[in-house]
Amino acid sequence: MTGDHQTLALLLFSVFVAITLAITTWVSRHRQGSAEEFYAGGRLFSPLENGFAIAGDYASAASFLGVPGLIVLFGYDGVLYVVGFLVGWLVVLFLVAELVRNCGRFTLADVVAARMSERPVRIAAGTSSVTVSVLYLVAQMVGAGSLVALLLGRTGGAAQAWTVIGVGALMVIYVSLGGMRATTWIQIVKAVVLLGGTVVLTVLVMVRFHGDIDRLLLTAAQHSGHGDAFLAPGLKYGGDWTARLDFISLGLALVLGTGGLPHILSRFYTVPTARAARRSAIWSIGLIGAFYLMTIVLGFGAAAIVGPEAVRGSNAAGNTAVPLLALNLGGGADSTGGTVLFAVVAAVAFATILAVVAGITLASSASVAHDLYASLRRRSGRQRGEVAVARVAAVGIGVVAIGLGLLARDLNVAFLVGLAFAVAASANLPVLLYSLFWRGFTTRGAVWAVYGGLIPALVLVVLSPVVSGSPDSLFPGVDFQFFPLQNPGIVSVPLGFLAGWLGTVTSAEPPDEAKHAETEVRSLTGAGAV
Amino acid sequence: MQSSNGRPHGDGGGSENASGHHDGQGPASEDMRYRDPWYDALASGWGEGEATGAPVAPVPAPRREGQAAPRVGAAAEVYLEVQRSAAFQEVRSRYRRFVVPAVAVFFVWYVAYIVAATTAPGFMARPVAGAVNVALLAGLGQFLTTFLFAWAYARHARLRRDRAALELRWDTQELTRGAAQGGAS
Repeated sequence: MTGDHQTLALLLFSVFVAITLAITTWVSRHRQGSAEEFYAGGRLFSPLENGFAIAGDYASAASFLGVPGLIVLFGYDGVLYVVGFLVGWLVVLFLVAELVRNCGRFTLADVVAARMSERPVRIAAGTSSVTVSVLYLVAQMVGAGSLVALLLGRTGGAAQAWTVIGVGALMVIYVSLGGMRATTWIQIVKAVVLLGGTVVLTVLVMVRFHGDIDRLLLTAAQHSGHGDAFLAPGLKYGGDWTARLDFISLGLALVLGTGGLPHILSRFYTVPTARAARRSAIWSIGLIGAFYLMTIVLGFGAAAIVGPEAVRGSNAAGNTAVPLLALNLGGGADSTGGTVLFAVVAAVAFATILAVVAGITLASSASVAHDLYASLRRRSGRQRGEVAVARVAAVGIGVVAIGLGLLARDLNVAFLVGLAFAVAASANLPVLLYSLFWRGFTTRGAVWAVYGGLIPALVLVVLSPVVSGSPDSLFPGVDFQFFPLQNPGIVSVPLGFLAGWLGTVTSAEPPDEAKHAETEVRSLTGAGAV
Repeated sequence: MQSSNGRPHGDGGGSENASGHHDGQGPASEDMRYRDPWYDALASGWGEGEATGAPVAPVPAPRREGQAAPRVGAAAEVYLEVQRSAAFQEVRSRYRRFVVPAVAVFFVWYVAYIVAATTAPGFMARPVAGAVNVALLAGLGQFLTTFLFAWAYARHARLRRDRAALELRWDTQELTRGAAQGGAS
């Protein structure tokens, strides 16, 4: 890469950072420091605003960089990812959005704890929420790192590390100073920027092929070196039965995990009513669906125009396919158009990462302060104290994510996100659905459901080929691989549901009919919702 | 917006109406009822002709003898009572009648899609038109059905649930407030 690319991209990115910092300062000028404001932004966002913010939160680096990269390398198997990412929204819309908005205040644990003995349930749900968030954060950090490595023209090394650290520092500033209101506005700005950038690239790809999708696909298949197989499933997940099962596992995790992502759940608390929550979910489905359709075009476009060889040469996991595509679409490495477009895309990707990272950090700091800290410190009922803890927690989570992000920087971003989804689907979704819909659910069932999903999911990942035993794993030198699949979902999600059921039927305490009635009435009518 | 198709007291479900005390509503007045900031016009016209969107029966008034109970017990009693009321059961069953089959259908369709993608790549690779094969069509179909389901759910909720749920919300809040005051005095 030439100096021009870097300068321009860095300039654009600085503009985005400046704007977002200005937003942060602006919205926090009359800060009262109430928990309502810090976690939920005052709950007065409109469905449209929240829909964009959700799209901004959800369309992460995994989608913008990872998915096209997977399509370039593996063809149709990359498409399977986005289908899961989108279909999962139906779970959110049907079963989660409105009911959670009606029952909870700030976090997932609120919904569960309303029916149960509060302390153990909060600790369990808080722990799993933080775990999911940290995994998701690592994916974003890795995306930031690989982007910079491309931008600055050298893979690995100090530049990558410093970016990860810089992104971490920025997100801590956003979150701890601006809370939910600043984070939401950053998401909205980012969603507009991201969708705009994606539309431009998609249009350019279509123009290049004169609007002929057929030719786009055929050219992609030709340049991929796989021929027609490129357009059919099987290149990545085709081989042996382990790989196929791995994919089914991933698919389940994607579709069931969305409903358990803490940073998505917390977005529904920023609107005033359940109806507004539903309408924001509808908006986000529209926006996210359109975005994913475009990433598919970008993926096949990158395969056709850039080619898998060049992409793999730049980043083995494919994360840099879209920036390379932009460079090419603009007219090549030495043209002004190429320079500008490349810089724009790099800046958009940075903005994406920053905004998503801020959203997740906020959600996990809410879990730490509102669930874990509040439960472990018995009665520290002062809200002021809780928000202060949340700000400190944001710093702590930032440090953890930076550390893990540096460690995991050679893994594909979309794959890492798949792991986060698997843990969310195993640990968060069962307990959430049981508390909303099962009359006989008890405290023990809730605690078991969380740990019964969380622990297997994490243990299976540690024992999987991701961590050890294969040349691509995190620690290639050692081998304690035991579980063959990369994604634990197919085992751990049923285990989460099973553990919740088992805990409930074996518990001595009878289910609390009145609390169940309260949850059910509140969830469906919104009575007593904050 | 609310006046056109307000509350057809008594009609639209006579059998479920047995427990209703029409005059037990208290001060939940008409203008209070729709103070939902984003509660925009309820799809004027289309699809609402069957008058199915209207609530069925009001929540029964709090039992007089319940007032002697302590505060918390009274509030809990209110929720149990609302849960047992015909109006709530109707809202709940409308929600479930849509959501349960819809979840089943999209989940099975999605699982069928990923299982087919992994176990029957030959079938998925079958060309349909030009470069487009079954797999691409199925993927596109997933997008389409997701949009359709989302639209259908929103429409169903707007026409069949929102109004009744909102009335129940205010009624329940009235009752809990009443119960709290009753317990205190």
